[in-house]
Amino acid sequence: MPYPRHVPPALAVHALEKRYGPVHALKGVDLSVEEGELVGLLGPNGAGKSTLVKIAVGLVHATRGSAEVVGARAGSRAARAELGYLAELFRFPGWYTADEVLGLHQQLAGSPGGAAERARLLDVVALDDARDRRVDGMSKGMQQRLGIAQALVGSPRMLVLDEPTSALDPAGRRVVRVLLEEMRDRGTSVLLNSHLLSEIELVCDRVAILRGGEVVAAGSPAELSRPRGIELETDEGTRMVEGATREDAPRLVAEAVAAGRQVYGVRVLTSTLEDTYLEAVGDEVS
Amino acid sequence: MSAVLTIMGYGFREAVRRKVFTVVVLLTAAFLFLFWLATRYVFSRLSSIQPGDINVDPRTFAGAFLLGLSMFATLFLGVVLAVFLTLGVVSGDAERGLLQPLVVRPIGRATLLLSRFLGAAVVCIVYVLAVYGIALAIIDVSGSWVPPSPLAPGLELAGGVVIAIALSILGSVFLSSTANGIAIFMLFGAGLTAGLLGSIGHALSSPTIEHASRDVAWALPFEALYQDGLGIISSNASGTTGFLLQLGPFGGAFVHGWGIRVWSVGYLCVALALAVFLFGRRDL
Repeated sequence: MPYPRHVPPALAVHALEKRYGPVHALKGVDLSVEEGELVGLLGPNGAGKSTLVKIAVGLVHATRGSAEVVGARAGSRAARAELGYLAELFRFPGWYTADEVLGLHQQLAGSPGGAAERARLLDVVALDDARDRRVDGMSKGMQQRLGIAQALVGSPRMLVLDEPTSALDPAGRRVVRVLLEEMRDRGTSVLLNSHLLSEIELVCDRVAILRGGEVVAAGSPAELSRPRGIELETDEGTRMVEGATREDAPRLVAEAVAAGRQVYGVRVLTSTLEDTYLEAVGDEVS
Repeated sequence: MSAVLTIMGYGFREAVRRKVFTVVVLLTAAFLFLFWLATRYVFSRLSSIQPGDINVDPRTFAGAFLLGLSMFATLFLGVVLAVFLTLGVVSGDAERGLLQPLVVRPIGRATLLLSRFLGAAVVCIVYVLAVYGIALAIIDVSGSWVPPSPLAPGLELAGGVVIAIALSILGSVFLSSTANGIAIFMLFGAGLTAGLLGSIGHALSSPTIEHASRDVAWALPFEALYQDGLGIISSNASGTTGFLLQLGPFGGAFVHGWGIRVWSVGYLCVALALAVFLFGRRDL
């Protein structure tokens, strides 16, 4: 009888610490991204999100702890071969065309995809009509979409995107959102670092909130959106029952009716991801 | 191998787009034109080169002195090219965000850095040998003078420029582009000063000054290789001609021999290994 195949997580971070001189940027972070999972990173500026992302892709060395990409040490050749990465601050040579940028990265990634892969990727990020346009003639948003296409070269198993939509308009963001969902459906794992809570809430399977170099909250967007109570609208006015959940609603209505009240409406209130985020990061301004 | 060629081509294309080659080609053309004029003028008045009652072979003196002058200019232009091709390979490109998308690819940091070195080295070696060869041809055509071993000084100049590339790449790992460029030109200036000091020591017959000059030249082998090249072109000159030629146009001629060549190869390897090691440890 064959043993079940052990599939290592696309990204596994354990007790990760990073010091920049006196600054303790990461203080023992644990995080994993499973195969085909889309995980969002949230946190104020200086929380350690970018440091975590950079350690995962091998740009920064950890002080302590471990980070592995598909079972290989982060930064190793084997780990880099499984990665696609879009940096927060990146630039492509202005004299390259979109097609040449992708060609360059195909050669460096060892992708055999050729012209067909380049055409497909440009189509995916809605740049198919800018194939021969030079980078210095592109808007910031177009360059960001080209950056995403570059990250997808060679069909990586782990995609790390650092603020991929910061320069995009709403239509561009939608293109990226749809693309991320497609990637997940194909089994690609994604670590998404973004300031846009709505974006994270819409596409991510799990969210980790960092503050001061530590994960202060983690879970699915639904788990992080905790019940706040039930709002009952009767002939006496609106009453808030704090801490009550959806399951308490029939009982609360029955009690109100039994007490002779006219019930006009019942609303189950949950906190949004934004509420949870603000609660987790306190008064830190992002 | 494909990745190495890709990165070499990437660096080459960057240099073309940044007009590094345009500037260097224009400067070189201006230099060679002026050198041709000066060489023709000197050899057309060869008989007038006879300072007082000192017995000097005017053709050898003029040919070796002019070639030494062109070697200094070639070394200087070669170092300019080397520095501008490599001064921002790590820190500069990292600050601009050009490096990160390349570093995360499977080729790795060492391959990336060594490919940039190889790309710059190929360009600079071709450049130095071409300029040296043209200068040699100008002297031969104008004055019918060729040094005893015409190829070796050119190769040593090219070697000196390759060492400057390695130092520039090493500097780029921890210095900003501007600071790195300044540092390399200051090292070049220090080598030049050491050479001039050696000439003064030779003229004054001061072993202490000559020794100090030689130590600095070995610490900055591009200067020692240049001195060795100068020594080769004047190796068959003797007597007063030889003495005057040893003073050199910019720093004295000195035959360091095979020792400096072996030392230079080791120095180059250490500089590159250090650059690779430090780049591998650097956070980007």
